Amino acid sequence: MENNNEVVLLDLWASMFGMRVRIALAEKGIKYEYIEQDIWNKSDLLLQMNPVQKKVPVLIHKGKPICESLIAVQYIDEVWNDRSPLLPSDPYAKSQARFWADYVDKKIYDLAKKVWARKGEEQEAGKKEFIEALQLLEAELGDKPFFGGDKFGFVDISLVTFYSWFYAVETIGNFSIESECPKFISWAKRCLQKESVSSTLPNSERVYEFLLDAKKRLGIE
Amino acid sequence: MANEVTLLDFWPSPFGMRVRIALAEKGIKYEYKDEDLRNKSPLLLKMNPVHKKIPVLIHNGKPICESLIAVQYIDEVWSDRSPLLPSDPYQRSQARFWADFVDKKIYDAGRKVWTTKGEEQEAGKKEFLDALKLLEEQLGDKPYFGGDNIGYVDVSLVPFYSWFKAYETFGNINIEKECPKFIAWAKRCLQKESVSKSLPDQDKVYGFIVEMRKKIGLE
Repeated sequence: MENNNEVVLLDLWASMFGMRVRIALAEKGIKYEYIEQDIWNKSDLLLQMNPVQKKVPVLIHKGKPICESLIAVQYIDEVWNDRSPLLPSDPYAKSQARFWADYVDKKIYDLAKKVWARKGEEQEAGKKEFIEALQLLEAELGDKPFFGGDKFGFVDISLVTFYSWFYAVETIGNFSIESECPKFISWAKRCLQKESVSSTLPNSERVYEFLLDAKKRLGIE
Repeated sequence: MANEVTLLDFWPSPFGMRVRIALAEKGIKYEYKDEDLRNKSPLLLKMNPVHKKIPVLIHNGKPICESLIAVQYIDEVWSDRSPLLPSDPYQRSQARFWADFVDKKIYDAGRKVWTTKGEEQEAGKKEFLDALKLLEEQLGDKPYFGGDNIGYVDVSLVPFYSWFKAYETFGNINIEKECPKFIAWAKRCLQKESVSKSLPDQDKVYGFIVEMRKKIGLE
């Protein structure tokens, strides 16, 4: 029997990385204790559980930490392997899912940051590269309902969480993602029909306020 | 069904070496193709259109890109021998965490050591050595990160040892003095044929870096 304190998540409500873990836990129907972190004033627990990177999210299972969101999602899939598989069972399909989740990790955050943290020519370049990355993902999605095929899976989880930041990025960057990437937006909305996603992704305007505050604290105009 | 394995690679690449070691550990025969990175082959561009990088593992015509993803694939397909990842999910998550740490830290910090000067280089040297020391702590008293035999983290990390003469010379650092346990571990790995056959000689890599530095305009 699982107690609430057997699974703990150290997280920040606005973190698209933390959202990945929340979605995976929801997909598997796992009860857990959520502990909100103040990333501007890190708790002793966070520093103890993730001494190397000192970041959220940290999944804690029976007292033992698992850091890095995609590693935590794979751990969840492997431990609770009796329901709602997130990764394919075929090794080749699994390798491709890992490749695309890794692509998301390597590109999407940094390109979005170019849009919200820079100005002028650098920002314009950031907008172009960001849209190109989304379009590459649209091409990979093709006609499938989800990246995982008929079922929502690992790549969908790694990516859909960024959708909650789109309003903020569009507002600061003064552009429309939907006009350039309509397929991406319809895929994201399809994902949002799933309760695990809709109950996890925060309100977009709230994220925008968070980002404006973060910019001030980081000294970015 | 034929089991055709090809590796598109570049001999000094520590990322390529990881895949070579994994294939050797599993005793898999494969065709090795060395790429000219200034003149990438149509095959490479077709097999890795997204990143256009090596290594690319090709199994029965289908590409697997990104070295750690390829190593995990090899471990899962040839699961009947020489396991590289632990079977316990928690230990597996920790192996993935440390391999990811190697990916995030070692190459970039090492790169600063051989491509920069002054303050930037000093910062790079510190990052690099701090990362090695953290890894030494993680190794502890075990012969390998994988325990009694080499595993996923060993495979992800030991290739960088072939670059140490280059780091030491251009960074003016003595890695053995700073991280003796790390060096002892690397030498222990090199006693294994799968590693010694996959890593080029440090002098050869050093010569390659000298040429690279000329090309990018450093002395």
